[in-house]
Amino acid sequence: MAYNSNTRRMTDTMAAFIGYTAKHLPDDVIDALSRLRAEEDDPLAMEIYELMFRNLELAAEKDRPTCQDTGVLQFWIKCGSAFPLMADVESILTDAVLTATRKTPLRCNVVETFDEYNTGTNTGTGAPTFWWDIIPGWDGCEIYTYMAGGGCSLPGHAMVLMPGQGYEEAVRFVMDRMTSYGLNACPPLFVGVGIGTSVETAALNAKKALLRPVGSHNENKLAARMETLLEDGINAIGFGPQGMGGKYSVIGVNVENTARHPATLGVAVTVGCWSHRRGRIVFDRDLGWEVTTHTGFSYTSCGNEASGAADESAGAAND
Amino acid sequence: MAEQMKAQVRPMTEIRNGKTVISTPVSAEDIAALHVGDVFYLDGDLVTGRDSVHGRVVYEEQTLPVDIKDKVIMHAGPIVNIINGDDPSPGYEMISVGPTTSMRMERFEYEFIEKTGVRIIIGKGGMKEKTAAACKAFGAIHCVLPAGNAVVGASCVEEITAVHWLDLGAPEAVWCCRVKEFGPLIVTIDQTGRNYFEEKRAEYERRKEEQVEEISRQVHFMK
Repeated sequence: MAYNSNTRRMTDTMAAFIGYTAKHLPDDVIDALSRLRAEEDDPLAMEIYELMFRNLELAAEKDRPTCQDTGVLQFWIKCGSAFPLMADVESILTDAVLTATRKTPLRCNVVETFDEYNTGTNTGTGAPTFWWDIIPGWDGCEIYTYMAGGGCSLPGHAMVLMPGQGYEEAVRFVMDRMTSYGLNACPPLFVGVGIGTSVETAALNAKKALLRPVGSHNENKLAARMETLLEDGINAIGFGPQGMGGKYSVIGVNVENTARHPATLGVAVTVGCWSHRRGRIVFDRDLGWEVTTHTGFSYTSCGNEASGAADESAGAAND
Repeated sequence: MAEQMKAQVRPMTEIRNGKTVISTPVSAEDIAALHVGDVFYLDGDLVTGRDSVHGRVVYEEQTLPVDIKDKVIMHAGPIVNIINGDDPSPGYEMISVGPTTSMRMERFEYEFIEKTGVRIIIGKGGMKEKTAAACKAFGAIHCVLPAGNAVVGASCVEEITAVHWLDLGAPEAVWCCRVKEFGPLIVTIDQTGRNYFEEKRAEYERRKEEQVEEISRQVHFMK
């Protein structure tokens, strides 16, 4: 990648934003946790919620990652075909991860497989992860950031059902995973369910579901109904925070779906922990940006005016 | 002799500002009064160790470079700032530390407790029968620090006194910490063999089955 003021500007903004998402949860997640906390009446669960919110305050005050597991960085890029820096987006994001790792600091989590060593940079073969959607004709670029922690990645599971097993068996598949693995993955969980043809399509849909806002619903009415049924059903299990018992289990359940082969019903589940660190930033062609997930984020790169959802009271995002 | 006497009468458990505080070193008797659901805080020595550390000790039969008999291991991979990294003896600052999923260590933990004589295991989520059996046999407990609260955790670390096995990568290394009122720690496996999460799991499984049945009646979308 050839460095110029534009690539540098986007890299710096992304490094600052990644660092910020390690230290501050998204607004929708905080709102959901606040609601769960307010309605909780189990004494131990209430004590744990109190600790969680104290930790969030302390993380903001001390400018440190809320959780030591800052994950492996994953990016879902929805890039307009006319975005001027399209060819450089992966290099920009990789550089941003390198910078954020040093400055935030992030824990070095990338281990090369087979050779089994930690690269010490949070980058490696195929890491960070990039998924692309190309939006024909658009000149902007929308980027979802996600910190895939170990604890919340562990419950991830996908399989292909026979159509005769129906959505009933897909529900069983998701629910079983909650009590076997979800319990240990830092509830209240955010649950992403994917429906499609094969394990790959189902799993990518599940990840996409996890990136959608808390409380949003699938456009398909039946899928949306399944979201509500699963949310109520998992809540009725009563994990409470940390799985130690309480009124609720989840921040929410999102379902994403694509059409399937007539002979298969692919289903996947992936979860986010209560510390669900995902962000969304949208760049325009001039690299003005808007962050929709974290109203507290502000950033001014050298020699450039910051644009977008700046909030001066929240302080600088970067060190 | 006088020093020894003094050490023997030092209270391992005290109530400080309404908190139960346990100080290391601790014997099996010192923690016998702690039962599942009890909440306490920790003063003293704690080391971190997760998959690779347990693998080295149990599968490769290497000796842990630090003696943790009567002390504490935490399943954790912290974020640590290296101060003066070029210095021959750099200092370390704890930035964020919370527990990792304890279940990953279930396959090692019986032998690990037997070999090291560790008394308190701190982690996240439950562990199963092998760990519970070791806690009963060797006089240890498992407890959780509610996870994701890593800045609270780091603020209870007074000093990182040493680091071992850094070749495993920083998250996997053995970080030796001196902690003050580290917690809250909630006992999840006690010396009587009770296992909080396994008891809860039975409850959760029962409720899940009810819900699966209920939801299944409403998702007959297949034609």
